[in-house]
Amino acid sequence: MTPFLALLTRDLRLSVREGGGAVLALGFFALVATLVPLGVGPDLNLLAKMGGGILWVGAALAALLSLDRLFQADYEDGSLDLIALSPLSLEGAAFAKIAAHWLSTGLPLTLLSPILSVFFGLSGSAVIALTMSLAIGTPAVSAVGAIGASLTLSLRRGGLILPLIVLPLLVPAVMFGAGMVLEAQTGLTNGAVGFLAAFSLAASLLSPFVAAQGVRLNLAG
Amino acid sequence: MNFDLSPYGAFIWPAYAVSALLLGGLTLWAMARWRAVKAKLATLEKT
Amino acid sequence: MFDWLFRYANPARFMGLSGALLPWLWSAALLTLATALYLGFSAPPDYQQGRTVLILFIHVPAAIMATNVYACMVVASLFSLINRHILADVAARTAAPLGAIFTLLALITGSLWGKPMWGTWWVWDGRLTSTLVQFFLYLGYIALWNAIEDETRAARICAVLALVGAVNIPIIKFSVDWWATLHQGESIMSGNLAGPFLVPFLVMMLFYMLLFVCLWLTRIRTLILERRLRSLMGAA
Repeated sequence: MTPFLALLTRDLRLSVREGGGAVLALGFFALVATLVPLGVGPDLNLLAKMGGGILWVGAALAALLSLDRLFQADYEDGSLDLIALSPLSLEGAAFAKIAAHWLSTGLPLTLLSPILSVFFGLSGSAVIALTMSLAIGTPAVSAVGAIGASLTLSLRRGGLILPLIVLPLLVPAVMFGAGMVLEAQTGLTNGAVGFLAAFSLAASLLSPFVAAQGVRLNLAG
Repeated sequence: MNFDLSPYGAFIWPAYAVSALLLGGLTLWAMARWRAVKAKLATLEKT
Repeated sequence: MFDWLFRYANPARFMGLSGALLPWLWSAALLTLATALYLGFSAPPDYQQGRTVLILFIHVPAAIMATNVYACMVVASLFSLINRHILADVAARTAAPLGAIFTLLALITGSLWGKPMWGTWWVWDGRLTSTLVQFFLYLGYIALWNAIEDETRAARICAVLALVGAVNIPIIKFSVDWWATLHQGESIMSGNLAGPFLVPFLVMMLFYMLLFVCLWLTRIRTLILERRLRSLMGAA
């Protein structure tokens, strides 16, 4: 097995085994999708209008929930030093960790979204657009989040600062993602798919390099 | 100069007041910090 | 290429030069402020906005400084990462709170202009929204700085964040503009600073830049002395 795959499967196993990240994120997502209608009221017409945006915000927040431990856990028990010494470059390691995070949170959140969209009375085409947009866009959440996670990995209260530095950077993803749902609802082409895909691709390709730099800066001190 | 701002005085004066307060406060704070560190350094270097 | 710059990047040299310049810069700032206020309050009312143009004289410079200060921060961060110079670290760090204040002022004064002109305190239009996001970028940067204890490490890590933000800002601007056209058909009235309003605005703009330079230099000087103070206390 290549070092890349070894790290990927290890991270995947950890996220499932600890009962940790993966399941918690899904529970959080489901709770957001429940609380918003309870706060706003049961008007399904109104909820259908807001659904795309709310489920996108909920999914992004849910994915961020487990991100602060992405590098921190390995930093605290010393395995990050071992990963840095391994034949796998830090860039490769960061990419493996981002991929593992997406597979354990982004993908399950995407798969849960059609079920939760029932609460918002989304039409069939809107549900498909929402699921597609999350499939395309959640890698960007994991990737941009990994940058934040690498910068805050040595902080005791990193979990509080991470959303503050990552969420402003995720503004385009949320807008384009909800824009895809809007396109399905109004029938007016707006190009959101292309923009979201471009953003997600660029973020996924560039962020391993930035995250590796962040890890290096933290390990050097 | 004409200080008759009606009917918009209620918006124009607060805009100027907030700007003066924040920028003036920032200036005073920056100067105070500068004087404080200079004074501390001076007493330390004397001894 | 930057040899000339590094001659002044020596902290001692920087202290000497900035100390000599600052009294002149402060005087120039005060003079431009007085001129700008005089010209601004003497300007005739606009046929559309009435005397609310007076708000634009201080709103537009604040909004321009909100992005300009971030640019200064990014340049300082680049030097901090590449040349690992302490002066660049301090320059990037001290620029952030100043930029955050300018951004906050742009938001407040914009809202005070929007209420009489648009009838509401807030409109989700492209420029307002990106300014708000810009404000959060500053807050995140400042929070990260304050959370990391080791100063040199904090400088490098925050420099990476500033650069990531710089890459992202054009994308955010683009996405926000795209989103704004998506959600509102009619175009809203925006401020106009032409004709008799151009000169008072430009003088006020000059004042904002001078004030920023004065405050920035003062803060950099303060942090350099604080650092020296700490090393002296440590040695004693």
